[in-house]
Amino acid sequence: MGSLKIENVKKSFGPVDVLKGIDLDVKDGEFVVFVGPSGCGKSTLLRVIAGLEDATSGRVLIDSQDVTATPPAKRGIAMVFQTYALYPHLTVRDNMALGLKQAGEPAAEIEKRITAASTMLSLEPYLKRRPAELSGGQRQRVAIGRALVREPKLFLFDEPLSNLDAALRVNTRLEIAQLHRRLKATMIYVTHDQVEAMTLADKIVVLNAGRIEQIGAPMELYHSPANEFVAGFIGSPKMNFVDGARLGESVKTVGVRPEHLTVDPKAGSWKGTVVHTEHLGADTNVYLDCEKAGLITVRIFGVYDAEPGSTLYATPDAARTYRFDADGKTVK
Amino acid sequence: MSKATASLPRTIGAHAILLTYTIIALFPVFVVVINSFKSRQAIFQQPLTPPTPKTFDLIGYTTVFGQGDFFLYFQNSMIVTVVSLFFVLLFGAMAAFALSEYRFRGNTLMGLYLALGIMIPIRLGTVAILQLMVASGLVNTLTALILVYTAQGLPLAIFILSEFMKGVSDDLKNAGRIDGLSEYTIFFRLVLPLVRPAMATVAVFTMIPIWNDLWFPLILAPSEATKTVTLGAQIFLGQFVTNWNAILAALSLAILPVLVLYLIFSRQLIRGITSGAVK
Ligand SMILES: Nc1ncnc2c1ncn2[C@@H]1O[C@H](COP(=O)(O)OP(=O)(O)O)[C@@H](O)[C@H]1O
Ligand SMILES: [Mg+2]
Repeated sequence: MGSLKIENVKKSFGPVDVLKGIDLDVKDGEFVVFVGPSGCGKSTLLRVIAGLEDATSGRVLIDSQDVTATPPAKRGIAMVFQTYALYPHLTVRDNMALGLKQAGEPAAEIEKRITAASTMLSLEPYLKRRPAELSGGQRQRVAIGRALVREPKLFLFDEPLSNLDAALRVNTRLEIAQLHRRLKATMIYVTHDQVEAMTLADKIVVLNAGRIEQIGAPMELYHSPANEFVAGFIGSPKMNFVDGARLGESVKTVGVRPEHLTVDPKAGSWKGTVVHTEHLGADTNVYLDCEKAGLITVRIFGVYDAEPGSTLYATPDAARTYRFDADGKTVK
Repeated sequence: MSKATASLPRTIGAHAILLTYTIIALFPVFVVVINSFKSRQAIFQQPLTPPTPKTFDLIGYTTVFGQGDFFLYFQNSMIVTVVSLFFVLLFGAMAAFALSEYRFRGNTLMGLYLALGIMIPIRLGTVAILQLMVASGLVNTLTALILVYTAQGLPLAIFILSEFMKGVSDDLKNAGRIDGLSEYTIFFRLVLPLVRPAMATVAVFTMIPIWNDLWFPLILAPSEATKTVTLGAQIFLGQFVTNWNAILAALSLAILPVLVLYLIFSRQLIRGITSGAVK
């Protein structure tokens, strides 16, 4: 069991309002990702859920119980931190055991859970080592193991992959996804990386400047962003935004994703000059300086050769352009 | 040192400068120690030569051990230094943790207030302190000295330690809170070991002025039973005759305990620095 409900949570540090009224429902077994730019309050929200930070106002309910005044250790949660935060003076085994010992679990039960967790994360050979004797990836697995053995109602992850190198990040991401599938536990995961968000989440919560911009499944956010911020944040390369007036449209801004543009050397809607091309192998990003639309990015599948300085015509897919009003809201 | 940065002339130059400084710094100590093993005449005739079989004389040491209670004085100095040091480190670290970890009204002001003592010498308050000790009946007790030295050491300890404690990872402390550790356990088991090098630095800076102090022992605890080594050595320093042999011997002896303490702390210091470097 592990459902979470957040009701109108606000948090201020002195005069600075970091969270400006957050409402959220997380169902049992869901994998929810908080995503947003750095400093938007994701970690603060996670710490409020964990009880490490008191909300200025609002309520947090875990399994329908108000835990707003409950200390972190009693909330039935476990947390994995960006910096691993392993106890440097304890072995891997003792790192995992500490929380259970504090909670007064019998030794046999602790042993059983540590064995199960270390098998699941292939940590058996390292149980006697100290954190200083492990690599970054191993440390993060120990941190995940320490969360696992608590058998929490709610797993909280705060950017657990951002200190790992690219290859390890993909592996660990996969491990976390498999872990979720196997445990069917409720997980809340914070990241600023939209790729992590898209690949892991059942449900994404897009945060910006202390507010929720949109909540939805990854494809829902991709196909029907509620506003300009979400449209720009989800998808890579970023969506192109063009001033509506320059295109003769009535709306403030027109958006089109780089992958929803086609190019042709002879004819098309927007004439432009090639500024730069990026060859990624599987696809090619062409930067075009257009007369009508300004600087835009076009993503072409496969290899495409375009000399900088040459002329290309870009044509947006009319069915997949987005229109935003003056407040940035999507116009249907 | 790595190959790339070590050129021979540079190495020689650096060592020459450091050796010169070491010799200058250690010279007075050296003179005190060699002269403590010489006869009175030799001290005045050839103060800079080491003792030869002819001039070698242990008269200073025999006087010191024969005269009065030098062991008691040592014991007093040791008690005062170690106990004050313990309180400075304990209270200093606790205050520093509170200041760096918890947000409460007046946090910054409290920090400034506690740091003020670094700039204002405690000796300015001697008269008030003496009155206080007289009123509370603590004159001529080691407790009086320990209280004063604890107060004297705290400002610098809090200042240095709170800077270091701000550097201790929040995640680590939060991980401890989620695992159900009490704030005391987090402080003693997680934070203190990580600021051990800073603690050692503070210990060294705190210990030496306490050990060397003459002022407060003279004013607050001059009785025979509570004399410290520095005060005890004064009996050989007369208005008309000064027993240099005994003074030099007493001073040489006084170096030893503080040297031992220093070695203990500096080992911690170096271990802390290198453990951080290779992490
Ligand atoms: N303890 C604190 N005191 C004051 N300001 C804080 C504190 N913690 C976070 N903030 C501020 O709150 C904002 C959100 O921080 P955070 O939740 O860590 O962002 P992120 O989304 O990058 O995780 C930041 O502007 C940060 O400066
Ligand atoms: Mg963060």
